[in-house]
Amino acid sequence: MRHIISLLMENEAGALSRVAGLFSARGYNIESLTVATTEDATLSRMTIVTRGSEEVVEQITKQLNKLIDVVKVQDLSDGSHIERELMLVKVRTHTPELREELKRMADIFRGRVLDVADKTYTIELTGPGSKLDAFLDAIDATAILETVRTGASGIGRGDRIMKV
Amino acid sequence: MADTELTGAEIVVRCLRDENVKHVFGYPGGAVLNIYDEIYKQDAFQHILVRHEQAALHAADAYARCTGQVGVALVTSGPGATNAVTGIATAYMDSIPMVVITGQVPTAAIGLDAFQEVDTIGITRPCVKHNFLVKDVRQLAETMKKAFYIAATGRPGPVVVDIPKDVTQHKCAYEYPHTISMRSYNPTYKGHTGQIKKAVQMLLEAKRPVIYTGGGVVLGDAAEQLTTLTRLLGFPVTNTLMGLGAYPSPDPLFLGMLGMHGTYEANMAMQHCDVLLAVGARFDDRVIGNPKHFASEHHRIIHIDVDPSSISKRVKVDVPIVGDVSHVLEEIIKHLQAEKGQADQQALKAWWAQIELWRAQDCLKYEQKPGVIKPQFVVDKLYEVTQGDAYVTSDVGQHQMWAAQYYRFNKPRRWINSGGLGTMGFGLPAAMGVQFAHPEAMVACITGEGSIQMNIQELSTCNEHNLPLKVILLNNGYLGMVRQWQEFFYEERYAESYMTSLPDFVKLAEAYGHVGILVEKPEDVEPALRDAFGKYKDRLVFINFLTDPRENVYPMIPAGGGLSDMILV
Repeated sequence: MRHIISLLMENEAGALSRVAGLFSARGYNIESLTVATTEDATLSRMTIVTRGSEEVVEQITKQLNKLIDVVKVQDLSDGSHIERELMLVKVRTHTPELREELKRMADIFRGRVLDVADKTYTIELTGPGSKLDAFLDAIDATAILETVRTGASGIGRGDRIMKV
Repeated sequence: MADTELTGAEIVVRCLRDENVKHVFGYPGGAVLNIYDEIYKQDAFQHILVRHEQAALHAADAYARCTGQVGVALVTSGPGATNAVTGIATAYMDSIPMVVITGQVPTAAIGLDAFQEVDTIGITRPCVKHNFLVKDVRQLAETMKKAFYIAATGRPGPVVVDIPKDVTQHKCAYEYPHTISMRSYNPTYKGHTGQIKKAVQMLLEAKRPVIYTGGGVVLGDAAEQLTTLTRLLGFPVTNTLMGLGAYPSPDPLFLGMLGMHGTYEANMAMQHCDVLLAVGARFDDRVIGNPKHFASEHHRIIHIDVDPSSISKRVKVDVPIVGDVSHVLEEIIKHLQAEKGQADQQALKAWWAQIELWRAQDCLKYEQKPGVIKPQFVVDKLYEVTQGDAYVTSDVGQHQMWAAQYYRFNKPRRWINSGGLGTMGFGLPAAMGVQFAHPEAMVACITGEGSIQMNIQELSTCNEHNLPLKVILLNNGYLGMVRQWQEFFYEERYAESYMTSLPDFVKLAEAYGHVGILVEKPEDVEPALRDAFGKYKDRLVFINFLTDPRENVYPMIPAGGGLSDMILV
């Protein structure tokens, strides 16, 4: 099953490698991993999307908690939560039809065209991973020149707060 | 409060002094020269110069195992650190508290492929509890404090402190923190009361109970509580390889060691119990074999461990209790005494009757006929001659299993072996560490002719410090455990398991300044051991016992098999 795990860790050099190393050493799978500092510069927040049986995911959270630099771990999938991912897609727009079509699709998916060049658009799209997948499925595959995705960031809904 | 400014090197030495460290095992080199210069100027602790960094790690590790204190090792950058890695991994697998100080190239040279540079933090990351690179001398004292704190608390483990050379030159005010608190690290000490009550209830409902304990009971200093609880309940108890000594072996409630080379009665009881109390143990592959086979019988399991990630890792448990084992066992004892409860005595009697039938198999029997020395016989005699009071270290292989099976350990912290990583070459440096911790104690290193050659250079260190330890070499001319597997599972194709061109160990021992004895006949075993611990009490004695090359370790559970799939003699 797919799980989205949030963690807060000390913003120390090498912190990311401890997490990445744990996943590779124990054979856990990482679908995506995002990390950046929080409003408190001493803390980093990471969101990891992984897949595994309940037992494996339980081990993953325990092993993450065991890392000395990790302050808090939460499996967001345990409750209601929001997740968002950002994608930039560069598409071929050498014909007027493609230009129109891709602009329309971007609008439907609430995306924005960030860069317009002679023969390309760069579209920005935000949403849950499935929405980004849907966009890529919806447009002409041969028009896609390049995609870059950030991986999911997640947060609990309402009173579900992860803070030190 | 703060002293005048000290250099980083002075700070390292002061921290060790303030941690009350008495022995540091190490090897100098360019990156740690400033630290060694400060060590030269002090006498708060003794530095022991080994002959290879791996040995420094094993010696510090064994020092920690036999005392419960944090072991300390000091090595230089690059090859000093990489040579230390096997020792760090050994300690990590067995949860041994250690602080390992490694030198590093100057901060400005890091990442530039400098001479003797290696990414020590990166290389050691998967085999340490934690590691630190100290880039600023102002963080050195606090980092050292954290290192000792992390190493010794919770589930213990090795911590590496990597110190660039320039940091050992820079100066700052020194103040050693008395306490440390970390928001990201707070090991659970007290067990959950509700869970403890549930456990007590489950123990009282048991009809076929077993208490199964591991290295955690030894490391957590809970042997006394374990003995009290076991006797209070009258339940059978078994120890893992790492747990031996936590319960007195000669006691009738003790079933012996369990696992791949465990006793028939321990493994059968483990497989067929209805309630299992697991304490400081982790259901690993050498203990329960195949977890599916184990789960094919219905067990209700209580698992006490200080490390939550050890619980429900290989085997799903019913009552997990995270906490310090001695504290949790004490709580269980209190609740049992308060309830004045007793398990079903009739069922327990029937269970014991069944266990006695298994025990009657006498699975560790062997016959010492005239002629060739049986390795088991040597260990038996060692037990007799030392009256079970020696510290025994071992290397890895058949001799390790015979030591575990036949030296009936009575007390915790007496049996020092590399159970998790299975590191050949561990035994001799480990014996050195033990002898430094307990200068008056009898220390025996049970080894094989394969393992001993992996760190034999340490005979020189032993000579320098007049360590009177005894090397008990069970020499069968084979890498015995490899040979045994090849006999059983590879149709007797003995690929590279036969050791030709062995040195003359007697002359070798003598060359290093020690006493060497060759023993070829069973009747000479005991006299040689008596000489070693008597006439040559104050000397290192290296006894080369030529033992039966065809002897195998029984019982044996083939890898991947289940607890009741034992091969008996």
